[in-house]
Amino acid sequence: MSIIIDSEQCTACESCIVACPYGGIEIIEGSAVITPDCNLCGACVDACPVEAITLERTEYIDKVDKSQFKGVWVIAEHYGGEIHKVAYQLLGKGRQLADILKTDLTIVILGTNFDQILSSFGDYGADRVIYVESKILKHYYSDIYVNLLSDLVSERKPEIILIGATPTGRDFAPRLAKRLNAGLTADCTGLEIEEETRNLRQTRPTFGGNLMATIRTPISRPQMATVRPGIFKASNETKKKIKIIKIEKDLNETDSVTKVLKVIKKQKTTVNLEDAEIIVSGGRGVGSKEGFKIIKDLADALGAELGGSRVTTELNWVEPDRQVGQTGKTVSPKLYIACGISGAIQHLVGMQNSEIIVAINRDKDAPIFGIAHYCLVGDLHEIVPILTKEVRKIKSED
Amino acid sequence: MKVFVCIKQVPGVSEVKIDPKTNTLVREGIPSIINPHDKHAIELGISIKEEYGGEVIALSMGPPQAEKALREVLSMGVDKAYLLTDRAFAGADTLATSHTLALAIKKLLKETNVEQKYIVICGTQAIDGDTAQVGPELAEELNIPQITYVLKFRLEEDDKVIVERAFRTEEVVEIETRLPVLVSVVKEINVPRMPGVQGIVNAYQNKEVIYLNADDIGADKSEIGLNGSMTEVWKIFIPEKKVDHVVLTGTIDEMVRELCINLHDDKVI
Ligand SMILES: Cc1cc2nc3c(=O)[nH]c(=O)nc-3n(C[C@H](O)[C@H](O)[C@H](O)COP(=O)(O)OP(=O)(O)OC[C@H]3O[C@@H](n4cnc5c(N)ncnc54)[C@H](O)[C@@H]3O)c2cc1C
Ligand SMILES: Nc1ncnc2c1ncn2[C@@H]1O[C@H](COP(=O)(O)O)[C@@H](O)[C@H]1O
Repeated sequence: MSIIIDSEQCTACESCIVACPYGGIEIIEGSAVITPDCNLCGACVDACPVEAITLERTEYIDKVDKSQFKGVWVIAEHYGGEIHKVAYQLLGKGRQLADILKTDLTIVILGTNFDQILSSFGDYGADRVIYVESKILKHYYSDIYVNLLSDLVSERKPEIILIGATPTGRDFAPRLAKRLNAGLTADCTGLEIEEETRNLRQTRPTFGGNLMATIRTPISRPQMATVRPGIFKASNETKKKIKIIKIEKDLNETDSVTKVLKVIKKQKTTVNLEDAEIIVSGGRGVGSKEGFKIIKDLADALGAELGGSRVTTELNWVEPDRQVGQTGKTVSPKLYIACGISGAIQHLVGMQNSEIIVAINRDKDAPIFGIAHYCLVGDLHEIVPILTKEVRKIKSED
Repeated sequence: MKVFVCIKQVPGVSEVKIDPKTNTLVREGIPSIINPHDKHAIELGISIKEEYGGEVIALSMGPPQAEKALREVLSMGVDKAYLLTDRAFAGADTLATSHTLALAIKKLLKETNVEQKYIVICGTQAIDGDTAQVGPELAEELNIPQITYVLKFRLEEDDKVIVERAFRTEEVVEIETRLPVLVSVVKEINVPRMPGVQGIVNAYQNKEVIYLNADDIGADKSEIGLNGSMTEVWKIFIPEKKVDHVVLTGTIDEMVRELCINLHDDKVI
């Protein structure tokens, strides 16, 4: 397996150099040359306008008999007796994948006290529940999860396993993958089936979201993916009659090499703007410290973090660690709502990588509109409260 | 006691930008840096040594230029540094990477004949791939307990390890286990120290970065690099940026409603 460059074809245009995330290609004497930094990712292959670069793949030799593996699995997690919502979202996507593959969809729960709700998973598209019951599974244990799941997978051989990309999912999924010698793709935001090969195309952001990569697991099974919460939608369009498989296990604390000593609830003191999915920021246009109440209300309605421009932190309208921009935080949430912010470059550099930017400003020529996806020209004091109300309404319907 | 810390050299991605005109990656002058989480892993390693004694060993798998990252951590106070570098390692996914790191750790443990009291520390995730998979996979291959997303770490008598794990934003779980153990740390655990002048001099004059290739660690070529990888990068592409501006019009109510419909379609609310 290697990258082959046809130096006759190569025009030294440097497209490949620009495309390479690793600095693994150089132009030497009029032709592109691979350097030791090359990571064989293949970005240069697609970038080359004259098709001078090819990724020579060794012939695929299957590591397992893939035909033995059937079915799509979703592994649920739970806290405080409740199934995490990402499990329902994965059932929504899993149903689509299973339909294309003409196979069935199973949800796997390791827990206790879930008997009452098992049949309800049929409403979300599952054909089957595998419920491993033990008192101790009220809590999460890495090693017990991996032991139980690897046994189940080895015995029943699903071809796809989907897991929420939460701290828990990202803890046991890799260890499980290693034990099964299975490929695992982290934190996916897109899943598609390649029908002829039954391969799962798993798309995920890399390089801080600047690039997307599509990953496949062509030579082995199962194909495992952790999936970001909030990407897929739960669906109750296909109600299924559900088959319940309950496996009771007699486990106790000594079956784990770790012991949960205590669970510490903490209030959110540290502001974590960098990881926030939604940020609502206010600027000088908000007018006063009291004025921030409506911004905060909108943030709360959206489950968002509150941010501010430098002016607002200097005036102490919001806490200093909420400042976004060159001398503040660099953020890239899915949604950034700028209220009464002009959009000075020092502010823009801190938030321009946000996926969707909404700007509310009464000056239609404010620079913030230059990078905003949705522009609302008007007085924020009128717009924001109405927006908050609408958001609350939508949330209560969801 | 041996404290192994796994570090990765990564492109400073916060500086990787997309040129909006050509829609290509601008990586001119992008420095390679130590993966930010891994500096916290190094800091924990050094502080464990300071408190409980032992030896801190940094490991990195990467191209020869990753020596720079290892020199940097030597200057922070790491005792020994190993660079796993070989063309055969290229193209490794997390399974192959963790296998390679595990082979190196096993080899070093065997060589020094230490009792099996050791700690492996990783960053939670590397900013280039963001997978957070190498730590748990390495723990599995070494057959030792793992605790990820670690916020606090302490050792007690009888090789007891007590850590706090960031479980969810509003919850921390205190967990007990025993050595040997692998922990992966989050940034909040500590503030990495800056190397002092003497540290920098030491790193370049008195310490060395030891190179290991596939043969040195006894790797089977089918289990490392691209050959040992189950996943394959099928395509890399630049995400389509939404460039279409939508200027909402009408009364405030209409503007707000239309905005919400759009945001709902965009799956952000
Ligand atoms: C070295 C340096 C570093 C800096 N670092 C940062 C940084 O990290 N972060 C940062 O934010 N700034 C930073 N700045 C400051 C930056 O240049 C701007 O001064 C600042 O961002 C402006 O904040 P603003 O948009 O809130 O205020 P203004 O520029 O005053 O804009 C207020 C906006 O609100 C609108 N508005 C007013 N009333 C209403 C209303 N009722 N309804 C709707 N809209 C209304 C106005 O039309 C205007 O566009 C830095 C500056 C320097 C020199
Ligand atoms: N090539 C590598 N060499 C050494 N350590 C690594 C390497 N890749 C990953 N790691 C370690 O594993 C952690 C998680 O990386 P990742 O799974 O790539 O997100 C990093 O923070 C490092 O501690």
